[in-house]
Amino acid sequence: MTEAAELPASDSRPLVSLRAISKNFGAVSALTEVDFDIFAGEIVALVGDNGAGKSTLIKTLAGVLQPTSGSIAFDGVPVTLPNPSAALRLGIATVFQDLALCENLDVVANIFLGRELNPLQLDEVTMEVRAWTLLGELSARIPSLREPVASLSGGQRQTVAIARSLLMNPRVILLDEPTAALGVEQTAEVLNLIERIRGRGLGVVIISHNMDVVRAVADRVAVLRLGRNNGVFPRDASNHALVSAITGAEDNAVSRRASGGSRPSSPNRGSH
Amino acid sequence: MSSDSGRHAQSSTLLDRGDERLKDRSGISGALKAFADGVQSGDLGSLPVVIGLAIIWTVFQTLNPVFLSPRNLVNLLFDCSTVGIISLGIVCVLMVGEIDLSVGSVSGLSSAILGVLWVRCDWPPALAFLAAVAAGCLIGWMYAQVYSRLGMPSFVATLAGLLGFLGLQLYILGPKGSINLPYDSALVQFGELLVMSPPVAYVLAAVPGALTLASRLRTAKRRKAAGLSARSLGGMALEAGLITVALEAGAYYLNFARGVPWMFALFVALVMAMNYALRSTKWGRSMFAVGGNLEAARRAGIDVQLIYTSAFALCSTLAACGGLLAAARLASANLQAGTVDVNLNAIAAAVIGGTSMFGGRGSAYSALLGIIVIQSIASGLTLLDLSSSLRYMITGAVLAIAVIVDSLARRSRVSHGRA
Repeated sequence: MTEAAELPASDSRPLVSLRAISKNFGAVSALTEVDFDIFAGEIVALVGDNGAGKSTLIKTLAGVLQPTSGSIAFDGVPVTLPNPSAALRLGIATVFQDLALCENLDVVANIFLGRELNPLQLDEVTMEVRAWTLLGELSARIPSLREPVASLSGGQRQTVAIARSLLMNPRVILLDEPTAALGVEQTAEVLNLIERIRGRGLGVVIISHNMDVVRAVADRVAVLRLGRNNGVFPRDASNHALVSAITGAEDNAVSRRASGGSRPSSPNRGSH
Repeated sequence: MSSDSGRHAQSSTLLDRGDERLKDRSGISGALKAFADGVQSGDLGSLPVVIGLAIIWTVFQTLNPVFLSPRNLVNLLFDCSTVGIISLGIVCVLMVGEIDLSVGSVSGLSSAILGVLWVRCDWPPALAFLAAVAAGCLIGWMYAQVYSRLGMPSFVATLAGLLGFLGLQLYILGPKGSINLPYDSALVQFGELLVMSPPVAYVLAAVPGALTLASRLRTAKRRKAAGLSARSLGGMALEAGLITVALEAGAYYLNFARGVPWMFALFVALVMAMNYALRSTKWGRSMFAVGGNLEAARRAGIDVQLIYTSAFALCSTLAACGGLLAAARLASANLQAGTVDVNLNAIAAAVIGGTSMFGGRGSAYSALLGIIVIQSIASGLTLLDLSSSLRYMITGAVLAIAVIVDSLARRSRVSHGRA
């Protein structure tokens, strides 16, 4: 499909580049010859229907799954990602959909969990200052870092999870459905946060089923369908084009609903 | 973005007090208000146990004036120390959301090992002591392996251990049964008689308050230097002062009788060390994380298996130590050591003291407070000459109340977002 929007102006070399990635689970091939690029300072959305292979691709990048075939290059150098810590060491951080925060610990403890400063006599003061600085840079508004995470809203938890992943100064951050469980206001806050992360020069991959979210922040939209590439679109691509690529049909339930229903003589009708 | 953080640092508002939604909680009145807020939302801490203790002491004192006599309290502290040390280990396993039902048997087994090696095999006492402690450590390590490699629930594994190690204790003691430990040995002297001379007691009673004040002052200084809010000097001095006054008064009162037992001092020192380890080290933070959300802990790169191993091993090791001190207290290693009520008292003490059965919440001090409650009940009922049947029922009722309070407080915490 459209290959025109492939490269952003700033940097022509991708930070992470996946080539011909295939992943088989027994007889089922979840990914077939998928190509995927991530550029620094760019938000790329990964969209597709259920079972399109988005999560498999993200898990491959996070080092959770190993591809059956294909190659991964980081900064132009071929790499393998045998486990999650290898991905973290390279600078690929992942925020999974279930945020996995410890509700009984406070925000500072959660951000630094497993990476505490000064293990034999925890340096709470430095950790708290660094947490405030990090959240300040993200313009995140969390009233107190010494309250248990249980008292935070969904958006604030998402913020904590993202701040946590930024602690290691990653170069790429993968966000799986960052706005799935959030309200309107909180979604906007998290989207602002994602744009600020891009502003720091990181490559951002965001998985979402919500086309409004995708079109609001993504610089590029990569579509997967049934485990294969199904086109890369610019952010101003029409909703119709995206939905067609996702469902694989010009005539699908989404566009029928959009054109049918309350306005029988809609101008959209027949525009494909 | 960077200008934003710069503004934080330069402006007079503190880094962590910038949000207008935050209520001011500085100074003594603020601290009291924060405490009241916490209690209202179910963050009870050790409040229920302190109230419970006040009630129990009042009731027993009115029923029998001997109860709060210095002499009885000294005996109470001797008795607290042995089971209290076992209970300290229980706090560790409860913290990671597991349980060890075999601490009583392990304590009995360790006393049997000590007796057999020391008296029957003529080992040097120190070596026999170390062998018994090592056996405890090994048992805990085994539980952790069975739990994390075979997936056997700790409830079942330690229930098997409860029976198995009781059997082993009876087996190694053999048909001759109890072994009397040499009465003039250092260990038995420590367990039965050794108390502080009054000046030493007064000096040591000042230590916890002084340590508290020193660490609070250091934290406050560093927080101020980093631009964070710090506790007021008055509040810190008040806290340290209250601790010191309470302990000095206790020491003064106990000095009317034999004095403060060294064994109790050992117990308190272990509690303070455990509190430091849980609150201020990476290991302790990992314990809380594993008990709070196992998956989050694993993804954070915490070696979950190592944490479980340390919790179980520490629990059994402390159980063995408690058993050895109990043997010293009785001057014998016998067949009855570590039977049912040691087990339940140790677990009940940790829970009554405020360590949650659900994992991820608790404190080392719960072992100290809880065991004082349990032993007060036991001692009071003994003074009233009540039968052990009533003693079991009353202790059971107190445990039930403590768990109910824990469950209700937990529900309230969840609804107030402080789980």
